[in-house]
Amino acid sequence: MNLRKSAAVAATVAALALTATACGGESGNAGDKPAGGSGGKNQPKLPTYTVAKDVKVDSPTLKKAQKAGKIVFGAKDDQPFLGFQDTDGKRSGFDIEIAKMVAADLGFKPDQIEFKTVDSNVRETTISKGEVDLYVGTYTINDERKKQVGFAGPYFMAGADLLVRADEKGVTGPDSLKGKTVCSIKGSTPLQEIKKPKYGAKTVELSKYSECVQQLLNNEVDAVTTDDAILKGYAAQRPTKLKVVGKPFTKEPYGIGMNKDDKALRDAVNNAIEAHEKNGDYKKAYDATLGLSKSAYTEPPALERY
Amino acid sequence: MNVLLDYLPEFREGFIGTVLLTLASGLLAMVLGVIIAGFRVSPVPPLRLFGTAWVTLFRNTPLTLLFLIVWFVLPVIFFPGLNPWMKALITLGCYTSAFVCEAVRSGITTVPLGQAEAARSIGMTFSQTLRLIILPQATRTVLPPLSSIFIALTKNSAIAGAFSVAELFSVQKLLSDKGYTIGWIFLWVALGYLVITFSISGLFRLLERRMGVAR
Repeated sequence: MNLRKSAAVAATVAALALTATACGGESGNAGDKPAGGSGGKNQPKLPTYTVAKDVKVDSPTLKKAQKAGKIVFGAKDDQPFLGFQDTDGKRSGFDIEIAKMVAADLGFKPDQIEFKTVDSNVRETTISKGEVDLYVGTYTINDERKKQVGFAGPYFMAGADLLVRADEKGVTGPDSLKGKTVCSIKGSTPLQEIKKPKYGAKTVELSKYSECVQQLLNNEVDAVTTDDAILKGYAAQRPTKLKVVGKPFTKEPYGIGMNKDDKALRDAVNNAIEAHEKNGDYKKAYDATLGLSKSAYTEPPALERY
Repeated sequence: MNVLLDYLPEFREGFIGTVLLTLASGLLAMVLGVIIAGFRVSPVPPLRLFGTAWVTLFRNTPLTLLFLIVWFVLPVIFFPGLNPWMKALITLGCYTSAFVCEAVRSGITTVPLGQAEAARSIGMTFSQTLRLIILPQATRTVLPPLSSIFIALTKNSAIAGAFSVAELFSVQKLLSDKGYTIGWIFLWVALGYLVITFSISGLFRLLERRMGVAR
């Protein structure tokens, strides 16, 4: 009987030990410096945005939000410098700043913004059901999606790229992937591209980019593919271990998702983006977030009003 | 309706993926489970200990956590370079083997002790006793719980979809990302699972009719 007891204890201990290794222990699960744009000495400062007063837009979504006294933004939470949520619940990154700019022009103070993390594959559902008022999170504008949601923007032009280990010589771009294993998340646009037979790459599909990056660090895959903005965030977290190839092979115009038929809101959000691009807030926000990951500033793309 | 017809190849691939994964990991779970059950009733203390530890570990760890361990810890320590399908097979096989083991063991305990004693007295070894006398009699009792275990395994295989294995449930992820109505997608996926689980319960009903205990 004693033997049985100790066996059970031993097994439990073994299980716990394994679990512990699963969620830590790997070098650099936390980055070399905290992700996001807060803290640090010589870092560019985040801009503050002037909140507009008495905003009157003939938009059902906005009226509902004004009545509630808060506006709900869908966002990502696992993309350093872009859309990131720290363990203390604070959100940071370029997409988050875009959300704050837009919210300010719609008359909402930062403390009146509620962020909800929304997974890629339920974005359209979440927006059309009205669970979020607006969605900002590496959301590529395309025609299939336009059938279900409205887009303001594009506010940023990203492109699919490759993240590799710093000592990688074999992968120089999408055409050098023959026989290599590439990781991305299920259903992402760059993955659909890389799956094409002309590249000859093997693919691994997981549910989070961070899982892919872990696979890359474990030498289980040769490259991670997704939008360069996201990859540069990870590369900046571990500059000694990872690098971005820097040969974008798709165009991913990022837009702000919202209710499909709410044209008034779409115009208002477009106006807000335009205003902040003009007054320099946009560049300041970029420099304090994505800019830290050594990716050069590019002028924002032309807005697509429809 | 049209989502099924438009994406028939995807649904078919997903369906076949789930069937194959269920069959393969079910087979592995059967083999492992019977062996571990043998360990647990054997007269050798270290083997008994190993069996108990195995069952405790795999029965009490959430399946998703096991998947994460096989994906992110195992390659670092032992086997780098396993493909996603093998990883899913190992995880589901080991996890389910713990349940199979306990079902088999419960079947073994229903065989009257006199049977084992009789086998010993005519000079059979432990493994002969188990193989020729006890397991064949235990089989009848373990069929109903085994059927439940394999139906659970079918549904558990959906977790593999989140870890790079093409199976039925991941079809839902792909199509809802393309923007089809979730209700319809889920209906077709659920029907796919029903086909598999009904086949399993039908198969076991047949087996029970042929080998069931006549009391």
